[in-house]
Amino acid sequence: MLKQIQQLGANTLGTLQGLGRATLMLFGALWGRPRPLKNWHLYMKQIYVVGVLSLLIILVSGLFIGMVLALQGYTVLAKFGAEQMLGPLVALSLLRELGPVVTALLFAGRAGSALTAEIGLMKATEQLSSMEMMAVDPLRRVIAPRFWAGVISMPLLALIFNAVGILGGHLVGVDWLGVDAGGYWSAMQANVDFQQDVVNGVIKSIVFAFIVTVIALHKGFDAVPTSEGISQATTQTVVTASLAVLGFDFVLTAVMFGG
Amino acid sequence: MTSRKLELFVGFFVALAIAALLLLAMKVANTGVAGSDQSYQLLAKFENIGGLKVRSPVKVGGVVVGRVASIQLDPESFQPVVTLDINSSYNNFPETSSLAILTSGLLGEQYIGLQPGFVDENVEILKNGDYIEDTKSAIVLEELIGQFLFNRGNQ
Repeated sequence: MLKQIQQLGANTLGTLQGLGRATLMLFGALWGRPRPLKNWHLYMKQIYVVGVLSLLIILVSGLFIGMVLALQGYTVLAKFGAEQMLGPLVALSLLRELGPVVTALLFAGRAGSALTAEIGLMKATEQLSSMEMMAVDPLRRVIAPRFWAGVISMPLLALIFNAVGILGGHLVGVDWLGVDAGGYWSAMQANVDFQQDVVNGVIKSIVFAFIVTVIALHKGFDAVPTSEGISQATTQTVVTASLAVLGFDFVLTAVMFGG
Repeated sequence: MTSRKLELFVGFFVALAIAALLLLAMKVANTGVAGSDQSYQLLAKFENIGGLKVRSPVKVGGVVVGRVASIQLDPESFQPVVTLDINSSYNNFPETSSLAILTSGLLGEQYIGLQPGFVDENVEILKNGDYIEDTKSAIVLEELIGQFLFNRGNQ
């Protein structure tokens, strides 16, 4: 009994220490004047690795999720003779929930795990220490560009995901199942509000981008510098980031759309 | 990979995202009343507004000419006061016009139907802040059923 309570205490302390180290890492990376012009090529390289290379998986999954939503929604809506509500159904589910959340999950799997493995290996092969030996701050040089690249790229990816998903819904709903094209768009325009739905979805994806990127960077920076440690850190990144995204999604949804 | 090529890819990526945002803003969401945000306000008192909501459309013969800006309760008469934002390009409704709260389809959402009235020398054109006097309330299903049962009982 006492042992279990001790275990609980140890776990709590470990989590708190992890949070503290993550905050310190972020502070060290972002403290002081950011110099994006001097390190322009570093930022570009990371946006390319994190954002552009994730584009394909985002495009394909966005298209298919939009198509599946239209197909499933149509069978239910057709029973009530409300096929013209297919547009709002697809658009609202994508903009409010699926766009930000699925993008964040894919981003954690595609880019987050790569970030963790890369930084973990840098640590294991003592590249980070040798940078410090050369009086180059690894937090500013390695962590900061990756952080900004993640925070900038993911909301853009979520926007692309939404747009492609809505076009995918159009493909199935209008071109295949025969919903009226004008009805698809006009019902969507009547029911989707820019402020309420589009902007709130973007805010969600910015929050998720922050969470996923910080978790990925922290797990890599904090990894045990062995091959086993790096593999564990990579797994932890995907699991922790996915759970954190889902948890925060509920909180954000309750705040934005619950009232 | 050369720096030039890298920047090209990143530029392409950002341009794609901006195009997606434009699509969402222009084609998916409704941005204001029919393209122009110039509007003037009319007010109307109803007996009962039913399920009318803020941003419900105001239609003349099926054409959207404005939206409901706000719904408040008059503190003295306890009647709902509805403020309408009407597009400035439709600024010649006579004061004899009437409003009715209608439902699109059997289960659809409620909107305000504006019926323009007659015009002669004594009739003025509605301006910003004017009240439309002639209003018809929303049909509440329970009242309708109650009336029907009452009539059956009398027979």
